[in-house]
Amino acid sequence: MPEERVPGRLIAVEGLDGSGKTTQLHLVHQWLLGMDIKVFFSEWNSSAIVRSATRKGKKKQLLTPTTFSLIHATDFADRYERQILPTLKAGYIVLCDRYVYTSYARDAVRGCDQKWLRQLYGFAAVPDIVFYFRLPLDVAVERILGSRTRLKYFEAGMDLGLSGDIRESFRMFQERVMANYDRLAEEHGFTVVDSSRSIPEQQEDIRRYIEKRIDLGAYGRRGRGRGER
Amino acid sequence: MKRCYGEPLPALDPASLSGLLVVLEGSDSSGRSTQIGLLGRWLEQRGFAVVQVGLTRSKLIGPALNQAKQGNVLSPRTMSLFYATDFYDQLENTMVPALKGGFIVLADRYIYTLMARDLVRGANPDWVESLYSKALVPDAVYFLMASSGRLVERTLSAHQALDYWESGMDIGISRDWFESFVRYQRMLRAEYKKLQDRYGFQIINANRPIGAVQQDLRGRIEGVLERYSGR
Repeated sequence: MPEERVPGRLIAVEGLDGSGKTTQLHLVHQWLLGMDIKVFFSEWNSSAIVRSATRKGKKKQLLTPTTFSLIHATDFADRYERQILPTLKAGYIVLCDRYVYTSYARDAVRGCDQKWLRQLYGFAAVPDIVFYFRLPLDVAVERILGSRTRLKYFEAGMDLGLSGDIRESFRMFQERVMANYDRLAEEHGFTVVDSSRSIPEQQEDIRRYIEKRIDLGAYGRRGRGRGER
Repeated sequence: MKRCYGEPLPALDPASLSGLLVVLEGSDSSGRSTQIGLLGRWLEQRGFAVVQVGLTRSKLIGPALNQAKQGNVLSPRTMSLFYATDFYDQLENTMVPALKGGFIVLADRYIYTLMARDLVRGANPDWVESLYSKALVPDAVYFLMASSGRLVERTLSAHQALDYWESGMDIGISRDWFESFVRYQRMLRAEYKKLQDRYGFQIINANRPIGAVQQDLRGRIEGVLERYSGR
């Protein structure tokens, strides 16, 4: 089912909160738009229909590891079937800010079993490129703790009961997520980006890598239009 | 002793659940809710504490799900996952605590309805099975089976109209609601038959009057209660 051939290309970014992945993907988006390339951007946990339920569950702390995982899968399925897959079929380059690996990394920390998670997301196409933004744990944690006055309950992994102190809990949670990402990176061949470097340096490397892997000329709004087939 | 179909939910020890999980399945208008109501009262009169659960009743997702059904803009998979979230929310937040406390949980439909609906809409069977693999295996599952002629009759006399979803109108079998209803219910029945082989539930003839069906159910539940009281 996921191996269905589509003319589009799928690029995903993964990494801890504070790793700079959203900034980098935004710059990639702007770069492709500037070249008049057919590009579509989709963000984790953003489907309108699911959002209200997610927000309520998070605010009232109603979510268990299983429902937390399922509600995100619902959001993903909605975006996948109504936006991501159709745009891939229409020959777009689709940029995803977080993809199924976010669930594999985070929900596993919450105790969901890996086999179940992989079945759950079994319908999702394998991306052409996954950029994994990696930086030392302390730096990532400091970026978030330094920029926020308040951490949110689930964001800090407070539901796991790792520590009563929200900042300590956040750190311990991130450490576990990162260990999972490192394992996933190896298993799925992520392209690792050292995100402790400057923003332009990283962006430069990312653009060169994309150019090498994808024949961008084929995705122009005008031009050769391979995607039109 | 309780168990789950697959790996149990995180942090759940099924062996710690001393209550009883009894499921009634069947289409809308098969008389399911009436029968559940009667069973609940009967059990309470006999001194058993009862908790009732049913689809789309979760606090977390119930309202959003019912809202989404109004607009019918969701893909079948999104719908599946919405229902699965609703199911697991009730399993973890209502059923498991009640079963731990030794209650009898009466479920007005369970995973089988959800699975059959997904399968009729072309879902991959392995995907569906895995999705619900963390469900508890009930102590008893009774399936109220009524002929589609009887279902149409009851639906029309109760609501004077057929329901969009219960008629499978989202699948596009036919533009004619009656035709679609009959064929959709037939497709569901075929899936239920397959599920029955796999999950082993008991079929109850629901073409009979309410009282006869109730007597039948009570007789069967009596046997389950004996085992339960002996625990």
